[in-house]
Amino acid sequence: MSPLGDALARAWRDARGRTGALILAAVAVGAAVGPLFLPDPLAQPCVLTCRNLPPSLDHPLGTDDLSRDILARVATGGRISLSVALLAVALSVTLGAVTGLVAGYLGGAVDTVLMRLVDAALAIPRLFLLLLVLAVWEQVPVAVLVLLIGATGWFGTGRLVRGEVLRVREEAYVRAAEALGGSRRRIIFRHLLPNTAGPLLVAATLGVGDVILLEAGLSFLGLGVQPPTPSWGGMILDAKSVLVAAPWAGLFPGLAIVTTVLAVNLFGDALRDAVDPRGA
Amino acid sequence: MTRWLWRRVLQAVGTFAIAVVLMFVLMRLAPGDPLSRLQEGRPMSPAEVEHLRRLYRLDQPISAQFAEFVGGVFTGDLGTSIEHGLPVTTLLASRLPATLLLGGAAILLNFTLGLWLGVRQAVRRGSREDRTLTLLSLAGYATPSFWLALVLAWLVGIRLGWLPVAGMRDPLLAPDAPWLARALDMAAHLVLPALTLSIVTIAGTMRYQRNALLEVLRLPYIGTARAKGIPEISVVWRHAWRNAVFPVITLFGLWLPLLVTGSVFVEMVFAWPGLGSLAATAASSRDYPLVMGAALLAAGLVVTASLLTDLAYALLDPRVRYS
Repeated sequence: MSPLGDALARAWRDARGRTGALILAAVAVGAAVGPLFLPDPLAQPCVLTCRNLPPSLDHPLGTDDLSRDILARVATGGRISLSVALLAVALSVTLGAVTGLVAGYLGGAVDTVLMRLVDAALAIPRLFLLLLVLAVWEQVPVAVLVLLIGATGWFGTGRLVRGEVLRVREEAYVRAAEALGGSRRRIIFRHLLPNTAGPLLVAATLGVGDVILLEAGLSFLGLGVQPPTPSWGGMILDAKSVLVAAPWAGLFPGLAIVTTVLAVNLFGDALRDAVDPRGA
Repeated sequence: MTRWLWRRVLQAVGTFAIAVVLMFVLMRLAPGDPLSRLQEGRPMSPAEVEHLRRLYRLDQPISAQFAEFVGGVFTGDLGTSIEHGLPVTTLLASRLPATLLLGGAAILLNFTLGLWLGVRQAVRRGSREDRTLTLLSLAGYATPSFWLALVLAWLVGIRLGWLPVAGMRDPLLAPDAPWLARALDMAAHLVLPALTLSIVTIAGTMRYQRNALLEVLRLPYIGTARAKGIPEISVVWRHAWRNAVFPVITLFGLWLPLLVTGSVFVEMVFAWPGLGSLAATAASSRDYPLVMGAALLAAGLVVTASLLTDLAYALLDPRVRYS
């Protein structure tokens, strides 16, 4: 079995890892399939009498201030939040892996310049990096939001991969591959990259949780996913103005965020212990 | 030591300088006109637009704008806020005390509670209590601060009516009221925001403290202390904990960005008149000079905190080598 498959199997045997994975699977299925069976998340069945209804049989989680079904919006919002998080993390992990491999393997001036940049970028809290761009750029489409979140999330990963590469590249078998005349590309992709896969997977998993929170925060500030498209953070923003009249409107999207991020982090923690048993 | 110190300070200055350049590039890479927001209410005449462009130096070439921006960072002139019409530096300075008060209270709560709970977890490693506390702290970390703030505001402030949920002081309280009354009023306003911030950030402190203490409890000198018949409470706190608190100090540098980010949301929900709510409204109202100023300040804080962390660690732990 490959080291990565082995780590996944060990994470699955860990109670935390299994709980996290099962909850995540449930959330993912709910977000993927739920909207097919639920009412239109944008539909306003009636104008005045259906506003801010408490949970009932017709509307299991109630309705919001614009009389839209909250369950349908939580499910569709989950689709958006999860896709944004997965795509953004895929982008930042790729960027981080490439930068880390290049910096670690080439070393010298390239390494110095890249790591100085990473240090500086890490000094600006990620939320502020995004606020800087979003303060000027109005009504950002979701695709651009994914690009922006992904592009601001690779600095830590880059440094992590660089560290792993520095550790591995002095090992005898990498030396041997070099002595045998293996090309740079072959050494990087056949020898260095697989060795960084474990830590990379852990960073990616925990990154998904962070990005779900980040996207929710941006949408809560009105700068992320734009209405009427439902998103968990945006729903909480809408619910803020009807806090007294309809407290459930904000309760459920928030619970969805907590459940999902907690599940991701439980799985990520189990995975980290499986990849690096010393930390357990 | 002195050479190491200077190198470390220079490195921090360099990091900040590169961060400043990065911020400028980021802001100017974004498509969109910073002044578009001003035209939402009413269309402006070309002469007005021209005037504003000159006022905000948007008519200058990008190199001149950059030079002016960097010069401004040195002289403390970060331009004028579009929304407030006041110098950015003045605005930031007027909001700083409230944020320091909230941040200080949150740190105090986080560290006292987090260190204590972390020690309890390490001592009862693997027990039901250890697992429950880990799960609870992770749940706190997974909770969006703005949502927790709203839940607490609704539950404690509105339903139970125990604590105020908006602002920093009661507007009905006379400004010449006795200082104790004013202090108590402010403390009551502080509870919920500080509690929210501590809950969402406590997981890191607890985990670090737990793991650091577990490392120390394995060492032979702890066995010696126990063999001498020293009470367990004294072994844990007097012998082990003193050596297990250093690693947690390093956490401070990692943890400040979390606090800065969290305060944006928490201050916004609780209408706390600090830097976080200023940055949040500045971003929503596209007030880019103010967003830039807030980001600069945040980066400055992070760089300084990480520098101070390194210094504190070097001073407190004689094993650190200066190379």
